[in-house]
Amino acid sequence: MNINNYLYLSAILFTIGAVGVVVRRNAIVVFMCVELMLNAANLTLVTFSRINGTLDGQVVAFFTMVVAACEVVVGLAIIVTIYRSRRSASIDDASLLKR
Amino acid sequence: MQPLLTIQSPETALFWFLAPLAVLAALGMLLVKKAVHSALLLAWVMITLAIFYIAQDALFLGIVQVIVYTGAVMMLFLFILMLVGVDSSDSLTETITGLRPIAITAAVGFGGLLVSLLGHATLGRQAVGLEGANALGNVQGLAELLFSKYVWPFEVVSALLITAALGAMVLAHHQRTNARPTQREQAVNRFRSGSLAGAAGLPGPGVFARHNAVDVPALLPDGTPAPSSISATLKARGDVIDSSQFQLDNVDTTVVEEK
Amino acid sequence: MATNNGLVYLIALPLFGALSLLLLGRRADKWGHLLATALSASSFGVGLIQLSGMLGRSTESRPVTQKLFSWISVGSFNVDASLLLDQLSICFVLLITGVGTLIHIYSISYMSHDHDRRRFFAYLNLFIAAMLLLVLGDSYLNLYVGWEGVGLASYLLIGFWNQKPAYATASKKAFVMNRIGDMGLSFAIMIAFASLGTVSFAGVKEHAHHASESTMTAIGIMLLVAAVGKSAQFPLQAWLGDAMAGPTPVSALIHAATMVTAGVYLIVRSNFVFDAAPTAQLLVVIVGAITLMFGALVGTAKDDIKKALAASTMSQIGYMILGAGLGPAGYAFAIMHLLTHGFFKAGMFLGAGSVMHGMNDEVNMRKYGALRKFMPITFITFGLGYLAIIGVPPFAGFYSKDMLIETAFNAGGIKGILLGSTALLGAAITAFYMTRVMILTFTSSKRWDDSQHPHESPILMWLPMAILAIGSVTSGFLLSRGSALKNWLEPLFESHGEHEELLSPMVVSGLALLMVAIGVAIAVMKYQLSDVDSVAPVDVSVFTRIARRDLLQDDINEALFMRPGQVITAALVKVDESVVDGAVRGIGQMAIGSGTSLRKTQTGFVRSYAMLILVGAAALITAIWVVTQ
Repeated sequence: MNINNYLYLSAILFTIGAVGVVVRRNAIVVFMCVELMLNAANLTLVTFSRINGTLDGQVVAFFTMVVAACEVVVGLAIIVTIYRSRRSASIDDASLLKR
Repeated sequence: MQPLLTIQSPETALFWFLAPLAVLAALGMLLVKKAVHSALLLAWVMITLAIFYIAQDALFLGIVQVIVYTGAVMMLFLFILMLVGVDSSDSLTETITGLRPIAITAAVGFGGLLVSLLGHATLGRQAVGLEGANALGNVQGLAELLFSKYVWPFEVVSALLITAALGAMVLAHHQRTNARPTQREQAVNRFRSGSLAGAAGLPGPGVFARHNAVDVPALLPDGTPAPSSISATLKARGDVIDSSQFQLDNVDTTVVEEK
Repeated sequence: MATNNGLVYLIALPLFGALSLLLLGRRADKWGHLLATALSASSFGVGLIQLSGMLGRSTESRPVTQKLFSWISVGSFNVDASLLLDQLSICFVLLITGVGTLIHIYSISYMSHDHDRRRFFAYLNLFIAAMLLLVLGDSYLNLYVGWEGVGLASYLLIGFWNQKPAYATASKKAFVMNRIGDMGLSFAIMIAFASLGTVSFAGVKEHAHHASESTMTAIGIMLLVAAVGKSAQFPLQAWLGDAMAGPTPVSALIHAATMVTAGVYLIVRSNFVFDAAPTAQLLVVIVGAITLMFGALVGTAKDDIKKALAASTMSQIGYMILGAGLGPAGYAFAIMHLLTHGFFKAGMFLGAGSVMHGMNDEVNMRKYGALRKFMPITFITFGLGYLAIIGVPPFAGFYSKDMLIETAFNAGGIKGILLGSTALLGAAITAFYMTRVMILTFTSSKRWDDSQHPHESPILMWLPMAILAIGSVTSGFLLSRGSALKNWLEPLFESHGEHEELLSPMVVSGLALLMVAIGVAIAVMKYQLSDVDSVAPVDVSVFTRIARRDLLQDDINEALFMRPGQVITAALVKVDESVVDGAVRGIGQMAIGSGTSLRKTQTGFVRSYAMLILVGAAALITAIWVVTQ
């Protein structure tokens, strides 16, 4: 098997995540799709780490995980705050920016 | 030239078994209606990825993926889902015209071209494999890098983590601006509202004797179901059973005088 | 050159007066005029002390300097703010402070009913200070400061009664026309700096011999432009007549005795430039000759006593410029005529002021007549000035003007004959129009109605007039006795040897007296022996009409400069509105239009933004794909 298959898989997962961000309206699902994209990128990093024979890629993937965790924590807190005031988790409802 | 890295057949088999499942789960995540199902499917994708990490000699990352992502982060997602509940945002009908076709076209173009590019790309050298780098063990190798070359980013990221934790607390903290209504006030409000119908409290769900569950609306004396007897969350989810099936066809209303 | 630290007081005293009167404001109303007069007088005293010091020294050591501070120091270019008092400056210093003090005294009474008298005296002191700086500066740059200062003072004083729009316009007109001259002076300074590397009188004089003639000609012509502007010479003469809008003492001090002669000073001071630039010198002579005729002709037609005197001033300065353009032979006589003219013209202006004072500010001479009986002192002082200006011996004008006419004749060749005849003819016309003024005002029959009560002016007014009249009588004789002034100024100029004389002095004097007699006779016949209308006759020849319109000076200026200027301005406004503003508005419209259309992409929905990002990423990948294939 060619090691590139991992990269193909990563590209496909990333694309699916991107479509999810655009198509889904539930803020939590959108967040999950973002997580999927981040994970896909991590798979690429790990694969390239293996190709290059160094562990730097894995270190970066590790950092990505930490940053993603931070993002989830803050993002979910924002969703809870918005839900508290609007009683809705739809990101289309938070469209005041245009006015 | 002999490639340095040869992928063994067990890994090949593993890949071809798990990769389609991961793609299917990811697609399912897009297509299922309920957020909880999406979360579960995502957890599956993440576990698959953890397996791939381990298969690719990234043992530490694989374990962290399971513990941090599948364990902590996905739990957090489910917890928030529980808090937020369900509403119309779960619906899959598109409200913004033209968004979905353009998005799917762009995504197909993006993904297709990315895969095509990857197929054409050449590294210029052979893949090496991590046997050398992992000679002292994957965790030791990572630790050596983290605490030497990447120690500064490591510290910065730790600061970020602390900041994020504090930020989440600040955001989620809710200061009450007015006192919680007391029972007495609630009672007064009920009596002073538009009608006295609600003064005695909302009807409880369930049809006594026939089906006494919370997802069944109570039947009013005239035989119609009472919507106010059901929790709004259940209604939003659509988890409501039609109570008319439990209606009695003929109720003997004649009163027989006992002797 | 010796240093003398007393020079600065000449300027500092009146400058202090101007500043304190202006800064103290109404608090100084009660005593401001006295302070200003005292300071002007003390400046005159300092001048006298300097003169006595100068007389006590030998010829070579007479000039003294004082360095105030280092003004500009850039590389090898150094300009000090320093003062230079030499034989030429001292004449001016005494004229300015002397006549200035007399006019201060006169103004105390003349302006006593004006509630802004303090401001008037502040401006007068400012003028004295600026004029002294002008004549004391040791470089063109220092002179320029004074030059602008007197321009400012002149502007402020012409428009002193600026509540009348016509007066405000007159001051603006004077200012704007002076600016043209000022441009000339600044260009001269720039040329001197660029080509000679110095702007001091001594430095330019040093370079004058080895610099190219074209450079010196350029500097000379630019200096002439400056002199023409400041001295109201042709073709920048139009402002002087309107400048009579200012109070009469101002007309006497600034627009007769001192400021308007600054041009003569500039040319005489720059004698080394003009000696090295014959072309420029010729232009000076031509300008002088044209102006002396121009002023004389205008003077014959004016009914406004101040405007008639202004035209006369213009003409007399034409004489001086003419003399200054005749080279070393004429410098001393130009200065001499300048000094005598300072006396008699200032005296006559004060006399005119006195007449107006007695006649309810009436300026039309046709409404005067027979004032001799009512204002005897004014009549006598004015009359002495009159005799001086027309050149009757032994009054001042006789000596100075005769010398100028004689020098003009001796300029050599056809040029000499032309210039001499012009000057001679000018003398005749001068005699005519001055006699006309005299007769219309004092000796002809009474033409004012009974609402007027002519009366003699108070002593504060007639005393300065009397002193100036004494000067008018004696100054010519004193200055020319044994060529006193000529020898005094001699060391400053480079003598080119004596010209051969075309006509002997006696012949010239005889001719001049004959011309004067003719002029006086015509005027007497026309005005004394026949009745004069109290309104100007309308059915007059076209020449009279042109002369009444100042030889069409304003019409020509308007036709040549003002209307084309207005057309250009209007066109530029159009261009500004359509092109510049159009471009600006177009850009704004473009921004609004593109904003309006682009706004539609801003739906506010996060998901549509995310979609755009996705589309962008796809486009990026496509680009990479296209490039790498």
